[in-house]
Amino acid sequence: MTIASDARSRRNFLKLSAVGAAALAFGVAPAAAATPEVDALISKFAEGKKVSEGRITLDLPSIAENGLVVPLNFEVESPMAADDYVKSVHFFADGNPNPQVADFTFTPMSPKAAAQLRIRLAKTQNVIALAVMSNGDVYSAKKEVKVTIGGCGG
Amino acid sequence: MATNIKPRVRMPATAKPGEIIEVKTLISHVMESGQRKDAAGKLIPRHIINKFTATFNGNEIMSVDWHPAISANPYQSFMVRATESGVFEFTWFDDDGAVYKSEHKVTVS
Repeated sequence: MTIASDARSRRNFLKLSAVGAAALAFGVAPAAAATPEVDALISKFAEGKKVSEGRITLDLPSIAENGLVVPLNFEVESPMAADDYVKSVHFFADGNPNPQVADFTFTPMSPKAAAQLRIRLAKTQNVIALAVMSNGDVYSAKKEVKVTIGGCGG
Repeated sequence: MATNIKPRVRMPATAKPGEIIEVKTLISHVMESGQRKDAAGKLIPRHIINKFTATFNGNEIMSVDWHPAISANPYQSFMVRATESGVFEFTWFDDDGAVYKSEHKVTVS
């Protein structure tokens, strides 16, 4: 089992293992990160909080014919009220030369933490979404996209 | 490159009170990633739009920091709520310091 944050203390490890086990029990693969670079970004944005599964709907094609334009839709479940909203949503692509894709900042003025955009993927890889709530909770989701033609010019 | 950059926004001009409306935006831009090489094998320097913001009557609704992994001619759609009549302003920030703006009046009735 891999760990989504770099909090390596025994207690955190046990907590995360428990979360991972729960996720596995429901047949969901843990969205634990792939590369050290993405790991570092996740722990930076999660600010040491444990990363849970769920609440994010991440819509990406399973097979992208053209890595230059890959549509990405997402929605994070939240009431978007003044005291309970989605603060930020981050996207990482673990196989791109620069894994950062986009960092969204939402306010309670947004009725939904949802958006659509188009991204570049250099090769077949995982796209990881990380949502930070106003109370500090962190959720993540992951989706593998198979890319037929890479999108970094090369 | 900054001559032919034109933001386009599609959203309704009228809305019911409290209605959630979708805003679709598109801006023409090369979004040069800084990874590509030209014919002589030299790296083409990065030139992207690095930030997009949406405000309503001056209050921020949402903003996005874009990285080079955003496709050329970046498309961005998102949701806003029409609470009262007012002006939505969308702003794009270019690496070269240029700022592109688009304003849209929405009447709530």
